[in-house]
Amino acid sequence: MTLARTQSIALIGLHGELVDIEVDISDGLPGYSLLGLPDAALMESKERVRSAIHNSGAQWPNKRVTVSLSPAWLHKSGSGFDLPIAVALLIAQGIVTKVNHDFQVIMGELSLDGSIKPIRGVLPALIAAQELGIESAIIPAENLAETRGLTRLKPIPFSHLSQVLQYLQEGVIPDVDLKQPVLHVPELKDLSEVVGQRSARFALEIAAIGGHHLLFLGPPGTGKTMLAERIPTVMPELNSQESLEVAAIHSIAGALAERQVDSRTPPFVAPHHTTTSTAMVGGGAHSIRPGACSLAHKGVLFIDEAPECNAGVLDALRQPLESGTVAISRVAGTIIFPADFLLVLAANPCPCGRFNGRGLACTCSSVQIRRYMQKISGPLLDRIDIRSYVEVPSRLELSAIEPGESSAVVRARVIQGREVAAERFKADSWKLNSRIPASQLRHKYRASREAMAFLHAELDHERLSARGYHKVLRTSWSIADRRGSTIPGLQDVQDAHRLREGSQIL
Amino acid sequence: MARALRRIGADGENLVASYLEAQGIAIVARNWRIKEGEIDLVARDGAMLLFVEVKSRTSSRYGHPLEAITPIKALRLQRLALAWIATHDQWGADYRIDCAAVHFRSGLKPEVEYRAGVL
Repeated sequence: MTLARTQSIALIGLHGELVDIEVDISDGLPGYSLLGLPDAALMESKERVRSAIHNSGAQWPNKRVTVSLSPAWLHKSGSGFDLPIAVALLIAQGIVTKVNHDFQVIMGELSLDGSIKPIRGVLPALIAAQELGIESAIIPAENLAETRGLTRLKPIPFSHLSQVLQYLQEGVIPDVDLKQPVLHVPELKDLSEVVGQRSARFALEIAAIGGHHLLFLGPPGTGKTMLAERIPTVMPELNSQESLEVAAIHSIAGALAERQVDSRTPPFVAPHHTTTSTAMVGGGAHSIRPGACSLAHKGVLFIDEAPECNAGVLDALRQPLESGTVAISRVAGTIIFPADFLLVLAANPCPCGRFNGRGLACTCSSVQIRRYMQKISGPLLDRIDIRSYVEVPSRLELSAIEPGESSAVVRARVIQGREVAAERFKADSWKLNSRIPASQLRHKYRASREAMAFLHAELDHERLSARGYHKVLRTSWSIADRRGSTIPGLQDVQDAHRLREGSQIL
Repeated sequence: MARALRRIGADGENLVASYLEAQGIAIVARNWRIKEGEIDLVARDGAMLLFVEVKSRTSSRYGHPLEAITPIKALRLQRLALAWIATHDQWGADYRIDCAAVHFRSGLKPEVEYRAGVL
């Protein structure tokens, strides 16, 4: 046989496309041509495949080798095609016979000595393969850990090309020395470690119930970061579908070392405030990778020192906040990554950071303070329903012996609140209070009569804008859900109003 | 050393010439040389002119012999073939460019690997 075919998966964002790898060996001068829009890493596959075949005890055909990756119009990138190309070459040479590969995809990078190296994006590729009805996949052994969530597709791990050869010739599945990848999963924190902060705790809980974006304001060292880090621990666990989706995004970003693949904890991502907008929303010239806001999908995106962010970085979040997805357009095409996250911003109240209480210790001018806060643009602040002042804990609070409420207790309330909301939104397209459209708030999802009267009075006195009116209503639903009441009452709406203003409650 | 290498080259060309003659193909010229380069063998198979580049090797340490024919060298073979056709007034003749690899291995019979129509 001089013509052979294997299959693999090319990823476009999270979407996988089945790729046929055809190899033709014909007489002629020794040469190698690779067709099908390969990128630089893929172009180099020739040298890797050649050495790997040589060092696995097989022969490189000293003939004209043509490798074609189809569909031809699709840009293909990365080193994951090394292994399917090598296998096709071995079949074309007749070294491997009597094989039926239609049920199988192959992926993996080859090193010069023939060993198989891990690649990025194995999980989303295999999810796509599973949906296409592929039954098994030959994958790098080191990627096996991330395939745990798959049900119908059987991954077969290999660590050397010669093992693949043996498997294809004799059907022997080798005992692969499975090195467990080293994980750097940060240990989980608990809300009980937070001292005092009743107001901020309440804000955090309401945010988790309704999916309301949140801004923590407060002097340095009061625990803004501490609070934000604990939000994932009070959110409901991800279901298996969401967990798989989050793991797939991490797989593409090569970030699975920081996250257990079947983890049910919502992710927590905290990019530094000097981050670029590309790192925030995703991008890259050659292979497009998801950014921080996609890694935070179904979890929390926390930006500390938000006013210090470079211009445009925060505003780049407006599209994902609106649609729950990020569309990244590059020469290679447009890729859509999911990015449905809870945004938590933290900021000092002023540039010097000492504005506390009446602001006596602060050395900033009022213009400086205003300019500082203006760094967070109006349209972005619009999306933030809850503003919470994090105060310096008092001596009494710091000396308290009893720990605060634990994450488990708060999470139980959050789950209960969300269940109430889910029941209410059964017939609607959204699941969270923060997603109720404005038009529905004015009709189907109004608050109680006296609560509405209060809001209208606030509107009349111009203490509330039309936009604020809707936001207060949304938050009041979450407060009502926390109490388990069927409609927001006067107290709920007043609390929601205070949460929006950032004033103290409780 | 240089002389020994030339010997190997010449031996290889002789082997390929006999290989072709054994198939009833007539050798027309050997080592036809102009300023731009050299054609190892010119042969005629019926109406078809064959221009043959011969590569001889005693080991495969430097890869397959035919790998030594880079795309640039292949283009030169093409130009040389046209030059031969022009100087011998064979305009319009069918022609083909072939390559042959000759492997000399100590203790074994030399082996000819012939590839027709490589360009």
